[in-house]
Amino acid sequence: MSHERKLRLKTLLMVFAMMVCATTGDSLLKHGMTEIGPVSLTHGALFEALRMAMTSRTIWLAILFLIGFTLTNMTVLSWADYSYVMPASAIGYVAVTFVGMTLLGETVSPRRWIGVALICIGVVLVGQTKPSTSAVAQAVQ
Amino acid sequence: MIRTAITLAIFVLSGSAGELAVTHGMKEAGAPNRLRIKELISFLGRAFRTGWFWVGVPLMALSFYLLMVLLSWEPISFVIPASALSYVVGTLGAKYILKEDVNGLRWAGVLLVCVGVAIVAAG
Repeated sequence: MSHERKLRLKTLLMVFAMMVCATTGDSLLKHGMTEIGPVSLTHGALFEALRMAMTSRTIWLAILFLIGFTLTNMTVLSWADYSYVMPASAIGYVAVTFVGMTLLGETVSPRRWIGVALICIGVVLVGQTKPSTSAVAQAVQ
Repeated sequence: MIRTAITLAIFVLSGSAGELAVTHGMKEAGAPNRLRIKELISFLGRAFRTGWFWVGVPLMALSFYLLMVLLSWEPISFVIPASALSYVVGTLGAKYILKEDVNGLRWAGVLLVCVGVAIVAAG
């Protein structure tokens, strides 16, 4: 396998891991905060919400996934272009739409489908370019 | 109106600047040779010691704070789609500051993603 193909596969694998971590983390956070219920903006209520959040297993699991997202993002940026990773990771919006539709039974409006389609085409176009072009990254490799 | 426009501009600029600084820091730290736990831990150790990483974090924190401020002023259906501008600003920064080779194909992809995210985020 050529070096560029390996690099592309490695980068796409990391972007996929980022997407899984971010989507799962956000969904768990949403689920955990829904369990806690609406938070009033008073000192006592905020403190109570924080206490409940810090004792919720769902929220800790969400935090773990979001840390996973940060670490995979940092790792992939050590070799890949920012202008490659940033748009490619927008595929998360597509994943959230499909998760919402299939698992949560949400209805997706035609306008949202247009947005999803544009993101998919955009990610495919970016995916055709070289993942790493900056002088610093190439010097390191 | 002007207050919102200025805050939105600082929000987008600080967020993009923070991410560009972190990206530069990660390049300085050097990529792990293989995706093994030991090498990844060693990479993270190097990454957290780069100065650019610590320049980027407060900039991203400022951006997050300004997002909260914007959300308290304007409807979410305006703020989140407007934040999709970060894709264009970030790509300009990548091209002119990080010297990445952003060709026509990548620009086309970035612009489609930017419009797509704005549409999806508008709900």
